[in-house]
Amino acid sequence: MSQPTKKSEPVKIHPALTTRGGSRSATPLGQLLLYALLVSLAVIYVFPFLVQIATSFKTDAEAASDPISLVPQIWTTQAYEHLFLRSDFPLWFLNSAVVTLLVTLGRVLFVSMAGYALARLRFRGRGLVFALVVAVMAVPGVVLLIPKFLVLKQLGIYDSYAGMVLPLLVDAAGVFIMKNFFESIPASVEEQARIDGAGTFRTFWSIVLPMARPALITITILSFQGSWNELSHFIVSTQSPELTTLTKGVAQLASGQLSQGTQYPLKLASAAIMTIPVAVLFFIFQRHIMNTSEGAIKG
Amino acid sequence: MTALTKSRRAKGSKLQRGEGLAGWLFTSPMLLILGLFLLIPVLMALWVSFSDWSGRGSPLSGSVNFVGLDNYRDVTSGGGLDERNFGISMRNNAWYVVLVVPIQTALSLFLALLVNRSVLRGRGVFRTAFYFPSVTSSVAITVLWLFLFSTSGVINKILSWIGVNGPNWFNDPRGVVHVLLDKIGISGGPEALTSSSFLGISLWEWSSGPSIAMFALILMAIFTTSGTFMLLFLAALQNVGAELDEAGMLDGAGAWRRFWSITLPQLRPTVFTVVTLGLIGTWQVFDQIYTGTQGAPGKTTLTPAFLSYQTAFTGQKWGHGSAIAFILFVIIILLTLFQRWALRERPVPKRKRLRRLKSRTEEGSGA
Repeated sequence: MSQPTKKSEPVKIHPALTTRGGSRSATPLGQLLLYALLVSLAVIYVFPFLVQIATSFKTDAEAASDPISLVPQIWTTQAYEHLFLRSDFPLWFLNSAVVTLLVTLGRVLFVSMAGYALARLRFRGRGLVFALVVAVMAVPGVVLLIPKFLVLKQLGIYDSYAGMVLPLLVDAAGVFIMKNFFESIPASVEEQARIDGAGTFRTFWSIVLPMARPALITITILSFQGSWNELSHFIVSTQSPELTTLTKGVAQLASGQLSQGTQYPLKLASAAIMTIPVAVLFFIFQRHIMNTSEGAIKG
Repeated sequence: MTALTKSRRAKGSKLQRGEGLAGWLFTSPMLLILGLFLLIPVLMALWVSFSDWSGRGSPLSGSVNFVGLDNYRDVTSGGGLDERNFGISMRNNAWYVVLVVPIQTALSLFLALLVNRSVLRGRGVFRTAFYFPSVTSSVAITVLWLFLFSTSGVINKILSWIGVNGPNWFNDPRGVVHVLLDKIGISGGPEALTSSSFLGISLWEWSSGPSIAMFALILMAIFTTSGTFMLLFLAALQNVGAELDEAGMLDGAGAWRRFWSITLPQLRPTVFTVVTLGLIGTWQVFDQIYTGTQGAPGKTTLTPAFLSYQTAFTGQKWGHGSAIAFILFVIIILLTLFQRWALRERPVPKRKRLRRLKSRTEEGSGA
């Protein structure tokens, strides 16, 4: 009973304080300094990407002589023409797209199924399975380079789409996110459905999944970004040029394994195109990404 | 009421039987994939790290022998090139961790505090700007970095405006600490440091600091991760009660004081998370090295993760490569445990502090 009164105290103080505090920090000079700081920081964070785009439209010579200007003196699409018409770049892009699509679809399904089971279904060994997920999350990815290669060889799926896609289909962190989400929403609706006689999978598919939309968006973003940007797994799971993904191809281009000279416009153009899909995804779901943690807590 | 619960319970037991099966069915894809591509691989690589497998045929075939700790001994105390390479990679990565983790934690917290103000105009734009580098792939950002930090690149151009002759960044193997010592006239190490060594390299070499090339990669890590961690801090700041801050304000505490004694203690769990994630991430430097420097110049950007890959895949020394990977594995797990211990909640003092603050709040509002 005493709690509500205690809580109301700060609320009463609040308006008076904000005006006082506000006026104190809102001195014109203070405000100006704050914005100056923010703008210069933002410039530092954004400028490199502007330079990247500008340079991709420059000639090799201009990129070397005047790296900093944002407007090329001679506009040229040479780098892009080279990438799309005279290199394996389109193939790399296609490979990345196929792998990303398959991985994202598979992950959304498997991860939400596992998360649902761990949150809602009572079965013997559930604690053990969850302990496994937590333990697996602690295993650092780079430690798995040699191990994954060995197993893919042993299974006979080295250098194939199966070897590229299958190991990425489940991500323990995603299972963790889905489990937490399902625990945060009330179970009454689905319980009702199941009492009405719907099977577990039916309930999951037509009632639970639609309710889990926000968490599914999170998983989709994480899987898309994760598999599109993945490099090390493709290095150890493939060797033939036909299976090269964007990350692997561009990395080899950058480290000089495929080219001579600096060719900065070409390299920067390839990196820029590689960034477009994740950038588009980011801007579509910007609100969701920026509020992910907030939403999960409010859940 | 009772009838409903009764029927529910009756149905419940029937449902529960079905649930057992469904539970395993629902988790089976996950278990299959994690088992096949995580558990079995780790066990297989563990075996390889104790074997003399040379890369031909299957590591499980009869011709492969158990060699005990030989591979581990070679990379940690062999006295040969294997030990020296491992020592160098450990030194490089240790400096990387020491510089990246504190700076990225402080910077991301600073950015979060800046854009957390509700009165701030255009804070969405600023948040987007700071977060954007985090969505790009490590490969794309490395390509960009190689250009920015090239000898006649953007960074050196900007440095030249203020009269500084920029270094040769990715071709400069000199250690940053040694360069600074050289500036004040110390060019050779004292006897005590040059004569004793650890992991095949002298203590003087350990003290060199990250090379100029590695320093560029350190800046890149801070640039790309600060946005992600800023989001974590922003989420935590939403939960920091305004009441305590206001109480502090009433008590006449300045902004700096309020940050240290009110906001920061409440952000403790998030600081722990960011530091731990930072430690785990910074010991796994691979993509940047593969894309950018391949360990050059002078092996100063060699990291244990890349060395493990190179030793196994290029050098065909699979036992050594796996041994390095498992040493790295142990380091990361130990650091995680240590962090957990160092930043653990100390419940009694904190409660005291809170109580003190609370009583002060009551005094303040009473006055």
